[in-house]
Amino acid sequence: MLKRTPLFEEHKKLNGRLIDFGGWELPVQYTGLSDEHLNCRENVGLFDVSHMGEFIVEGSDAETFLNEALTNDVKKLIPGQAQYSLLCYENGTLVDDLLVYKYSTEKYLVVVNASNIEKDFEYMSSFHQKGKFKCHFQNKSDSFAQIALQGRHAEKILQKLSQKDLSKLAYYHFHEETLKNGIPSIVSRTGYTGEDGFEIYCANEFAPKLWETLLELGNEYQIKPCGLGARDTLRLEVRFPLYGHELSDKINALEAGLGWVIKFDKEKFIGKEALLKIKEEGLKRKCVGIKLLAPGVIRQDYKIFSKDTDKEIGFISSGTLSPSLKTSIGLGYVESSFSQIGTKVSIEIRSQKIDAEIIPTPFYKRNY
Amino acid sequence: MTYPNEYKYTKDHEWAVLKDEIVTIGITHHAQDALGDIVFAELPKVGRTLKFHETFGVVESIKAVSDLYSPVSGEVIETNSSLSSEPSLLNQDPHGNAWLMKVKPANSSELNDLMNADQYTSFVQSLK
Repeated sequence: MLKRTPLFEEHKKLNGRLIDFGGWELPVQYTGLSDEHLNCRENVGLFDVSHMGEFIVEGSDAETFLNEALTNDVKKLIPGQAQYSLLCYENGTLVDDLLVYKYSTEKYLVVVNASNIEKDFEYMSSFHQKGKFKCHFQNKSDSFAQIALQGRHAEKILQKLSQKDLSKLAYYHFHEETLKNGIPSIVSRTGYTGEDGFEIYCANEFAPKLWETLLELGNEYQIKPCGLGARDTLRLEVRFPLYGHELSDKINALEAGLGWVIKFDKEKFIGKEALLKIKEEGLKRKCVGIKLLAPGVIRQDYKIFSKDTDKEIGFISSGTLSPSLKTSIGLGYVESSFSQIGTKVSIEIRSQKIDAEIIPTPFYKRNY
Repeated sequence: MTYPNEYKYTKDHEWAVLKDEIVTIGITHHAQDALGDIVFAELPKVGRTLKFHETFGVVESIKAVSDLYSPVSGEVIETNSSLSSEPSLLNQDPHGNAWLMKVKPANSSELNDLMNADQYTSFVQSLK
């Protein structure tokens, strides 16, 4: 039996095409992937991301617990701020990537990928027990719904519902409030599309009303619901990594290009020694952006070859036809000596080698 | 959606129609709808000999790659060149202008084993 979010009936009403996404029955698209993608870029899109996992950490050791588990520096956060961080294995490969929301030094919300909820919770619980941290660590995933409102008109739409001045809510900051329609929520200026926007958390029971209200209020701004298909192409165009693609237990955090969220000046965190060693020895491979130079579509697991020597040098971790750029783009891992921008490579597609090039990322930048 | 009566249909959602000794082949409305925005079509070289049910190419949407299976054996005599510059034609007019290829059949009686429009319509209904 597939799990359903509290918005399942909304997706059916909107004729969403439901698929099995890591055990969740969610819409891959409503009207069409490309249409939803472009509308989010040009106007605004609404996403059900209630499948994401939420953990609550509460108690006097909450900060220490998270700081010793995760790679980024939790101590740099102020209350009301969010931070992107990583959970690593001792060998420096990835358990998950996640967001940490700080309420106070004694209370945090941790948001993880849907397909990793159980794994992450077990892994962090075991670390929590071993360290005898004085804090509660709870999996509250089943009681949180999450709706993402993304696009240049997001603030104008949500402002109609918010009691606060959203122009003052900075990127990667959040606040709690009861919205004008009576829904207690967490409003966070974050997202996974490269557009301005918000992620709004509320209790399951309020999710359908919040979803319907946002669609109504967004009507004058051409809002459209977006499925998982558009969520994936939007994030890929701005080079946001995705667990199971760019990130996995076979890829270390440094080769993924996530050194900026690894704080080696912290006394300890899981994976520190291994990552330090990897850093000192130099990276064997790197995550790069790739553009196909001929018709076709790059896909995950396609092999990458050197154009000059025909040697196999890596693999594609994510690929698509970019709806914004109308050309096929992808992310992939190549041996470090081939990772320079402008390097000519070829991608094996159904036994044929197709020309491609390593290009700068993000592939798309917003212009407002 | 109505499926043309004169066409024959496969379980893999191709259509085929015989006219003047030549079989024209395409994908069905249901196939394009299930795939979503089609962004690429790879078609066989003219002159290639295909066996019944042999893979002759692929169509790709943003999300997925889908193999194409020949509903008839024979020689490829023409492919639809407009699809290389305009693959979205497959979403707009799958039963007409977005035909994939024309084949000179080795044994056109193979088409008799395929579904007619009514059978295919029921088959598509049964998948929902």
